[in-house]
Amino acid sequence: MDVLQLQKQFVDYRASLYHEGFLDEQFTQLQELQDENNPDFVVEVVSLFFEDSERLLNELTKALEQQSIDFKRVDAHVHQLKGSSSSIGAQRVQKVCIAFRNYCEEQNIEGCLKCLQQVKHEYSLVKTKFETMFQLEQQILTAGGSIPV
Amino acid sequence: MGMAAESQFHVLAVDDSIIDRKLIERLLKTSSYQVTTVDSGSKALKFLGLHEDGATNPNTSSVSPNNHQEVEVNLVITDYCMPGMTGYDLLKKIKESSSLKNIPVVIMSSENVPSRISRCLEEGAEEFFLKPVRLSDLNKLGPHMLKTKFKDHNQKREKQEEKAAFQSPKRQEQEEQHQHQQQLLQQQSNNNKRKDIEEGLSPERTRPRYSGITAAV
Repeated sequence: MDVLQLQKQFVDYRASLYHEGFLDEQFTQLQELQDENNPDFVVEVVSLFFEDSERLLNELTKALEQQSIDFKRVDAHVHQLKGSSSSIGAQRVQKVCIAFRNYCEEQNIEGCLKCLQQVKHEYSLVKTKFETMFQLEQQILTAGGSIPV
Repeated sequence: MGMAAESQFHVLAVDDSIIDRKLIERLLKTSSYQVTTVDSGSKALKFLGLHEDGATNPNTSSVSPNNHQEVEVNLVITDYCMPGMTGYDLLKKIKESSSLKNIPVVIMSSENVPSRISRCLEEGAEEFFLKPVRLSDLNKLGPHMLKTKFKDHNQKREKQEEKAAFQSPKRQEQEEQHQHQQQLLQQQSNNNKRKDIEEGLSPERTRPRYSGITAAV
């Protein structure tokens, strides 16, 4: 594929992520903060998000496996995940977190377990999406092109 | 070091989330501010030269072990929800400290809770930003930092004038009146300046922002 085709593929893919609700306006804000002096800003923030989310999902799994569940603790972790997903524009993850927090408040174990599954699923989806998008960017750069804004 | 630092404002950003720290750092640097980030309220107080019990500690920063005032902080921007010391607790400690109370403090929160917002503004926070914070929000920081620079400048001049001459009670009264007038003029010009800056902005706001007003609960 030539540069123009790669660029089009990238632009279409990125647009689909917004269209399908994976990303929201906040991700656009992130991209606008990236420039020649900070060319890896988005990748760096998203990588931090991956690390942090995986840590939180592990903590959530452990917390919900306990005999006596500490809902405050569960809520605290979900709050953090909600915050970080909101900060990078990972809208679908954020939405599940909102529902998750409601179940925590109700101390609804089944609801929490369901949300944990859902949030793991959404996280895994968005992670793949990001990775694909970054790969497409890399292909453009390798082919000598620039990344469309 | 002192002279060079005066040309750039230095912001201390406090947030327990590593992602948000990275974000706020980039936002602040894009706005041409010098930035230091810490992950807790207690670390923020340490950086500012204050022990948690309120005593000042001269040995705080690696930059200057002798005088904590050399690491000048022109504004503190802090997350509200943090484990241990919340942003509100940090705000209180800063405003209760004689050495730090003039530093403007801005609170950030992911939750839009009117009572929380009024509490913070009443305690002396200059602004309350909803997260995620945007570049356009940071345009509001400049006026607060400028105001403090003028105030500090005035206070330094006052000290110099006191040292220069022995003051009779009458002279002291005149001096005080003069200072008061100066401050009024400064406030007026700052208000005009703020007005000019605000009028120059037209950010599209889809979410409410709170600044200097008490929100109705």
